[in-house]
Amino acid sequence: MGASPVRSPWKDDRMPAIEVNRLTKKYGEFLALKDVTFSVEEGEVYGLIGPNGAGKTTTLRVLATLLEVTSGDVKIYGKDLVKQADDVRKIISYLPEDAGAYKNMKGIEYLNFIADFFVEGQKKKEMIQRGLDVANLGERIGDRIDTYSKGMARRLLVARALMIQPKLAILDELTSGLDVLNAQEIRRVVKTAARQGTTVLLSSHNMLEVELMCDRIALINDGHIVASGSPQDLKSKYNAANIEEVFVEVVK
Amino acid sequence: MRSSLSHIIMKEVKELLTPATLIPIIIFAIIFGSLGTAFGGATNQLSEPPTLGIINQDNSTIGRFVYLDLQANSKVVYNGTDIQAGIQAVTDQNGAALIVITSTFGSNITQNESGVVQIYWIMRGTGILDSFSSATADAVLAQVQKDLSKALIDSHADIDSTTILNPVNATQNTVFKGKEMAGISPTAISAVMSGQNIIVPLIVVMVVIYAGTMVVTSMGSEKENKTLETLLTLPVRRSSIVFGKLAGAAIVGLVFAAIYMIGMGYYMSSLTFSSSIDLAQYGISLNLLDYVLVGISLFLALLFALGLCMILGIFTKNYKAAQTMTLPVTMLALIPMFVLMFTDFNTLPLAAQVFVFAIPFSQPIIAMNSLMFGQVAIVLVGIAYEIVVALVTIFVAVHLFKKDILLTGRVKSAEAKRRGTYSLWTMMKRK
Repeated sequence: MGASPVRSPWKDDRMPAIEVNRLTKKYGEFLALKDVTFSVEEGEVYGLIGPNGAGKTTTLRVLATLLEVTSGDVKIYGKDLVKQADDVRKIISYLPEDAGAYKNMKGIEYLNFIADFFVEGQKKKEMIQRGLDVANLGERIGDRIDTYSKGMARRLLVARALMIQPKLAILDELTSGLDVLNAQEIRRVVKTAARQGTTVLLSSHNMLEVELMCDRIALINDGHIVASGSPQDLKSKYNAANIEEVFVEVVK
Repeated sequence: MRSSLSHIIMKEVKELLTPATLIPIIIFAIIFGSLGTAFGGATNQLSEPPTLGIINQDNSTIGRFVYLDLQANSKVVYNGTDIQAGIQAVTDQNGAALIVITSTFGSNITQNESGVVQIYWIMRGTGILDSFSSATADAVLAQVQKDLSKALIDSHADIDSTTILNPVNATQNTVFKGKEMAGISPTAISAVMSGQNIIVPLIVVMVVIYAGTMVVTSMGSEKENKTLETLLTLPVRRSSIVFGKLAGAAIVGLVFAAIYMIGMGYYMSSLTFSSSIDLAQYGISLNLLDYVLVGISLFLALLFALGLCMILGIFTKNYKAAQTMTLPVTMLALIPMFVLMFTDFNTLPLAAQVFVFAIPFSQPIIAMNSLMFGQVAIVLVGIAYEIVVALVTIFVAVHLFKKDILLTGRVKSAEAKRRGTYSLWTMMKRK
């Protein structure tokens, strides 16, 4: 059962960055997403929360043009996800959970490699500089990626995802496996990007993280959205102290 | 309780012994088993008398003795007087040689000179097994020579011992693929050709192993290091990713092949000098255009290999799995290598010809051998076939690159079922 598109009243004047209408995704006979419907406004931070296997990553992978759509419509900034996939890829940035970088490259070489797909000349220099600022790896940016700690590698990948100033950043389990300090730093970077106009769609197991970062959230379970709204609205509606309690209440 | 060692051994064996590794080896064994049967047929020829044509121009007693002795030890398919007709008859009957006992054969011997016998070898192919029929004819000639020596001794004729011991002076001529080459035996041609027969197949196999492995392992490591998903969401066409990977591997594969060829070239040149026969003087050589055609054929075989490996790479899960994935492709390259090393493509039975021709890796090998004898048509057909299969393979690879299977792999339904079973929602509903 899909939730109807929800729009925050104070953002009605903005164009929808993401419009997902009755998205269904099958893996063979297995129905991974069932009539998923939601929309995200431009500049909004929208979170998908749910347990393992609920369909969060499948939703993000479909929106990132990685998986085929079984049925339903998806538009990213007005562009049809299926028919205009090449155009969609120009305005999105996807950061998979446990993403890796080419280990034989140095950090700076990796940023260069990615920037080459988007711009050249002075603009490329500016893009890489943004990447260097976000990664904040100091001199280690000149070292091979296989010598990086998990936190350093994740910062490099977040830098890669945000330096291109995508219209939409799709971030899967943004801080998974990171310590508190690294996680906090990365959340700060993403929130800054959102303030500068990037729409963010993220997924997380971490309900606290979602509550801290998201303007609105959708609770997804067993392939469909079971509730959605702003964290405050959901807490009030379900008379819960936090989103974790909301979640337990909703799936009960 | 199992010991730690056996526990680890069991785990390793289980990981390595998968259908992907086992099936190609079983297929390979079956193919070679059936080839063994075919070779067995060829070796049976050794125990049968050779098929010969005989022209006896000498009516002396000695000439007639040799004629009758040859006839007794072989299956004669021609005994007229015309050499060209004889060659044709023996060729038509898949015979080994036409033997001409020259008109002065007997008189030469009585004058203490070896009698001249002209042999026109009908060479059917340049493979190792193709020399079997000439080997049996050789054996018969040796027997005839012995019989003649014995008869001369028995006759107490006034002939010196050197002539009695070596009464026959055989001049060797070889007829191969329509060319008549005077003064050279099939064995000498085979010795030189075997160099060519080995070097091209080896290059094909090496290039396939090097370049193919690179493509598959590149896919395996992209999946294992989780870099593929990022790459696929960048503003770059899927076809560009496929062609980029193929071209990268092709360039490195060709560099490896070039290095390998230089080494092999030195090795082969040392062998060629020692054989001291220049086949070019008989018109058996490659010109620049021939080399270009072989190069094109080799390049297309490489493209096919890369396309096939890319498809396998799409199904691979990780780096380790990727390494076993190249096995089927390597096997496919080894089949023509072994088959064409032992037999000439032209002497294979029709079904085997179709089978070997259908493997694109056979084409450069067939091309090299055919162009040596000026047979361009089969090479052009082969190249056209290679273009088609290479394009189809690459098209399939690009198509699969746009499919879920690239990311979800072969285990997708099992994973999906597992995910379905353990979702929180399902668990709660069960409660």
